[in-house]
Amino acid sequence: MASQILMPALSPTMEEGKLAKWLVKEGDEVHPGDILAEIETDKATMEFEAVDEGRITEILVPEGSEGVKVNQPIATLLGSEEALNPGTAVPGTPNGEGKSAAGSKQISAPPAPTMAKPVPIAPVAALAEPEVPAGTEFVTMTVREALRDAMAEEMRRDDSVFLMGEEVAQYQGAYKISQGLLEEFGAERVIDTPITEHGFTGLGVGAAFAGLRPIVEFMTWNFAMQAVDQIINSAAKTRYMSGGQMHCPIVFRGPNGPASRVAAQHSQDYSSWYAHIPGIKVVAPYFAADAKGLLKAAIRDPNPVIVLENEIVYGRSFPVPVLEDYVIPIGKARVIKTGHDVTLVAHSISVGLILEAAEKLAQDGIDAELIDLRSLRPLDTSTVLASVRKTNRIVTVEQGWPICSIGSEIAATVSQEAFDWLDAPPMKVTGKDVPMPYAASLEKLALPTVEDVIDAVKAVCYRR
Amino acid sequence: MADATPTTAPPPTPPALDADTAARLYRDMLLIRRFEEKAGQLYGMGLIGGFCHLYIGQEAVVVGMQACVGESDQIITAYRDHGHMLAAGMDPKGVMAELAGRITGYSKGKGGSMHMFSTEKRFYGGHGIVGAQVPLGTGLAFANRYRKSTGVCLTYFGDGAANQGQVYESFNMAELWKLPIVYIVENNQYAMGTSVNRASADKHFYNRGASFGIPGEQVDGMDVEAVHAAAKHAITWCREGNGPIILEMQTYRYRGHSMSDPAKYRSREEVNEVREKRDPIEHFGQKLIQRGQLDADGLKAVDRQIRLIVNTAAEFAAESPEPDPDELYTDVYA
Repeated sequence: MASQILMPALSPTMEEGKLAKWLVKEGDEVHPGDILAEIETDKATMEFEAVDEGRITEILVPEGSEGVKVNQPIATLLGSEEALNPGTAVPGTPNGEGKSAAGSKQISAPPAPTMAKPVPIAPVAALAEPEVPAGTEFVTMTVREALRDAMAEEMRRDDSVFLMGEEVAQYQGAYKISQGLLEEFGAERVIDTPITEHGFTGLGVGAAFAGLRPIVEFMTWNFAMQAVDQIINSAAKTRYMSGGQMHCPIVFRGPNGPASRVAAQHSQDYSSWYAHIPGIKVVAPYFAADAKGLLKAAIRDPNPVIVLENEIVYGRSFPVPVLEDYVIPIGKARVIKTGHDVTLVAHSISVGLILEAAEKLAQDGIDAELIDLRSLRPLDTSTVLASVRKTNRIVTVEQGWPICSIGSEIAATVSQEAFDWLDAPPMKVTGKDVPMPYAASLEKLALPTVEDVIDAVKAVCYRR
Repeated sequence: MADATPTTAPPPTPPALDADTAARLYRDMLLIRRFEEKAGQLYGMGLIGGFCHLYIGQEAVVVGMQACVGESDQIITAYRDHGHMLAAGMDPKGVMAELAGRITGYSKGKGGSMHMFSTEKRFYGGHGIVGAQVPLGTGLAFANRYRKSTGVCLTYFGDGAANQGQVYESFNMAELWKLPIVYIVENNQYAMGTSVNRASADKHFYNRGASFGIPGEQVDGMDVEAVHAAAKHAITWCREGNGPIILEMQTYRYRGHSMSDPAKYRSREEVNEVREKRDPIEHFGQKLIQRGQLDADGLKAVDRQIRLIVNTAAEFAAESPEPDPDELYTDVYA
């Protein structure tokens, strides 16, 4: 049975090429792996091999021909009996006619799919804030203690949850977040790792693939840059790349952003880096209650979750409700204070700045509405938009660099979705666009301040 | 064996396999060979896009290894993964459909050649970043130990990946925590276009765990019975709680690194010599005939059966629809 050998595509982008040289002639017997011809593409000369046995009966395109289109017949092959379908026709094909020889079936590339109408990015379901019944007792605790309690509660609840990282066990945590966990849960579940971020991050992701629920602590997020390939390429993308088959329930957590006087390599805010990535969730709480509730949610979440903590905030104390199981939904912002004149949006340590700024602004008669984003992916844009539609002005505050920042994203969203409500352009207050300097005088200048926030608010309120 | 390497019991001269097992291994190798040839053909026709890395020449490695795994063992590899999936028992139709980007593929057409998985067959990918599967596999082994299961993870990587830092980070943790993992270095002599000689200061990959105290063995990866014997030994070593072990498989890839590789870094004669003298399928077939375990007609019957399977897979792939536009946004989050 005769079949056609087609001009092959030899690279993902090849559309045509030159048939430089035939290495077989009419009448030749060929076997799988035999080189049939040399094909020149725009990039290289490639050898083209036979797939099946048979005899070349006719050469349709002579050597030296240029501009031979991919899938154009270039020769005919008479299949040997062995090479052809062995007696049994492939279901649904008449006698298996020419189905097994090289290029026998003219399967045209499928038409490009029509573009789906864009849908909202990572749609946020209606998220209910956990109920805090009237009369609930509150205790004051540090963010550090709240994070520890969250891990301990989840480890008691589910024995597939374990903590690994540098100095998390015997040293009790470089920043003492894991204090007491080794004593309670033992070395099998609170695991000191070597200094090997790339390796232990990948190991954690593999353990999550196997169904465990690792909490991977980075001593600081700065060190996670060694491991970012495993976080993004392995943790974030595998569910999608597997068509939903694979799961990666893992938490990556640690202090993020500048601390104090530790200079450029140890003072970086990764908020917008990770918020950019589909397939992971990102939270960046400020208050102790949110730190506890969001870390518990992160540990239970079936997706990889990035928890951006803050070293300076670790020691701050806030009230936390005494409740059996306090879990805060990821993807929901909190309106800390309502106001009429301007919306201030922040996350993590910058929430402290807007709280302080709001007090001073009140003295000037400006009533600010304060939003703590808490989660950066999914980003609760509906809470922000609802606020802007009321106040008509917005200032975002963060420690990260200005280009492609969280504020940039919010400004774009507000401009697109609430343009008609705006009485002033959205304003961003950010860290300065420089690596963090060491000198105290310069470090102070590189970080956003309460004064920066007040200036920005006055600008959007035309009060200067 | 290098002097510095802690030795386990050296692998015995591979014993001849029984006729049933031998026939099965021959068939499994041939399935990979024919499947890959078909994939190459479909790539040439534009049905398969992007990158496509064929396993032709290396079949004995994965077939010999997988013949020794148990029900709780896992496997993970890099992007030259079609052979591993077939050897793990995944359906050739689903694999070919994924290569063609069809909804009936193992990843609904969203992963492609380099990113396929089957939790049912405990095949954990299919990973596109060179070396990344090594810590991931170490994590699978960690989970076995955490759960006190008897599972062993077979983690495959190439001579190219063997120079990645994360491989040694993994070795360190695996030995430190005595994780049940077989590291299989498929040394096919070329990291894309760079030969081992030009890339590796130490070419003895079985010895790469020496500074961590991980034993290693060099195996003729073109001899499926040698691989089988080494696999049995290595998996038992891990299952008995001795920690990791390294197997360096001396093998060879006939085709280019990917489909668009003009292969100018080696001569056609070099490739032909390996094909003629060391081909894992041809030689094993001859061995079977000599031993009277299968005759020439028997081999031909296997070939016919395999061709039918492969052609059916290709038809299935070509006739399956592409993913629906709605699939664009599914499977990003659970």
